[in-house]
Amino acid sequence: MSMSKRRVGAILHKEFREYRRNGNIIATMAVIPLVIVIAPLIDMSTTALSTLQSGRLMIYLLGIAAIVPAIVAAYSVVGERQQGTLEPVLTTPIRREELVLAKALAILLPSLAISYAWYGLYVAWVELLARPGVPQAIVRGPELFALVLFTPLVAALSIWIGIAISTRMNDIRAAAQLGALASLPTVLVSALIAYNVIHVTLGLTLGLAAVLLGLDTVGWRISSAMFDRERLVTGTKA
Amino acid sequence: MSEDAPALSVDHLTKRFGERAAFDGVSLEVDRGEVFGFLGPNGAGKTTMVRTLGTLIAPTSGSAWVAGYPLAPENGEEIRRRISIMPESPGLYVRLSVAENLECFAELYEVADSKGRIGRALRAVNLEDRAGDACGRLSKGLRQRVALARALLSEPEVLFLDEPTSGLDPVATRDVHDLIEGLRRAGVTVFLTTHRLEEAERLCDRVAILDTTLRTIGRPNQLREQLFSKTLLIKTVAALADAGRTFAGLPGVEGWHLDGPASYVLDISDSVLAAPAATRALVAAGADVLSISESHHSLEDVYLRLIDEDKGAGPG
Repeated sequence: MSMSKRRVGAILHKEFREYRRNGNIIATMAVIPLVIVIAPLIDMSTTALSTLQSGRLMIYLLGIAAIVPAIVAAYSVVGERQQGTLEPVLTTPIRREELVLAKALAILLPSLAISYAWYGLYVAWVELLARPGVPQAIVRGPELFALVLFTPLVAALSIWIGIAISTRMNDIRAAAQLGALASLPTVLVSALIAYNVIHVTLGLTLGLAAVLLGLDTVGWRISSAMFDRERLVTGTKA
Repeated sequence: MSEDAPALSVDHLTKRFGERAAFDGVSLEVDRGEVFGFLGPNGAGKTTMVRTLGTLIAPTSGSAWVAGYPLAPENGEEIRRRISIMPESPGLYVRLSVAENLECFAELYEVADSKGRIGRALRAVNLEDRAGDACGRLSKGLRQRVALARALLSEPEVLFLDEPTSGLDPVATRDVHDLIEGLRRAGVTVFLTTHRLEEAERLCDRVAILDTTLRTIGRPNQLREQLFSKTLLIKTVAALADAGRTFAGLPGVEGWHLDGPASYVLDISDSVLAAPAATRALVAAGADVLSISESHHSLEDVYLRLIDEDKGAGPG
């Protein structure tokens, strides 16, 4: 299947222009992580070393990559439908795979920037303000490598699920609520790692990354297939 | 698309949503360069027809050719490349400027020389000086113009305009009408859905009236002649002493009936024969004539008669 970079770029460019004009979207994306990491940041300054586990880093930080894009993705299609801006786009030659990919990239890129920025802040906080011994205990190479590798894959998975939900919803609020649920599978895996049910090794990290990559590919196909022009303009499928 | 091929060819096209038919068994052809009016009451299936021909909705049965391509899922991209649809709601990105909205769509159509095309589209709708304005700050009439500029960007072979003057004030409506006249002069095929009958009468070469099924199709004057017999309306100061004798045997007059105490309607076959003959007969009868005029039925009369017939027939 050949894709038109120009058409994908057109939607991507348009989405970024809208982000710039509507600061609320990026502001919300940037602030949600604060809610996620505030508790562990305080814990780090007050809790004894023995109670801290390095895997906890994963659950909090991958949570950012999972939750932030899911919420935005859940709005992406149903929001345009309600504003009446989706139908004119659907009348153009753009293919649904291109439109879904462009929408996903427009959410993924700022999500990654925000996620990595928060990781940097988190690590800096730990290095500067945590009790002695804590940085060495929780900021460890394997976890950081897994974190950096998993972040785009986890964010993409949340986006595909969020877009799939958004294509089938007629109500923005319901889509946002269900979109938050899209991050649950990722949070579950992160929790298994955090509580040492899964021990992070290089092999496991690469294996999980491969699985996530496969899920992302399938997710793109499924969300594209669900992006049905007739359903989107009429609300029903004959 | 071949020079001789119609821009649109629809054959027994039907779209059902479950048990409900949006439109049923519609057949029509639209010639290249024609401004074709598609009329019907709310819920008649006009917008669904536009969406179907625009490949947004799949028909339930029947077939169609759009801009030279069979209406089929595998041809969707090619058809959409050759047509343009202006939906009833402009659907503009309100935070983006007029030019930014057009840039996005120029890229989606992958047009060559997008800046030139955008400039031409803006000139066509007289919006060059508003290119930098955010669409959210424009009046409804100006937004319609931007939507029309967007529809012109790809220089489509067939342009679908779905209720383009819906909700516009008279000045904005006149502007849109002028734009459609300009498209006609430029040879663009326009498929115009509307329930503004004076709009269709003014702009369209031919019209079709849809009320789930296609009720009629033709030039507005043909439809008038098909549905209404020609009549002469005669008004006199006082009632004629013997109207039957006065109007009997007049050339071109096929019958008559009273339309008031001193008002008569003559069914005629040819006004050139009937009007002078009736005038002479009235003078000979000593009548004081107030007026003699040929009746004029509007497209609205045609439309209302057909729709009233449908209502009278009831469902099923």
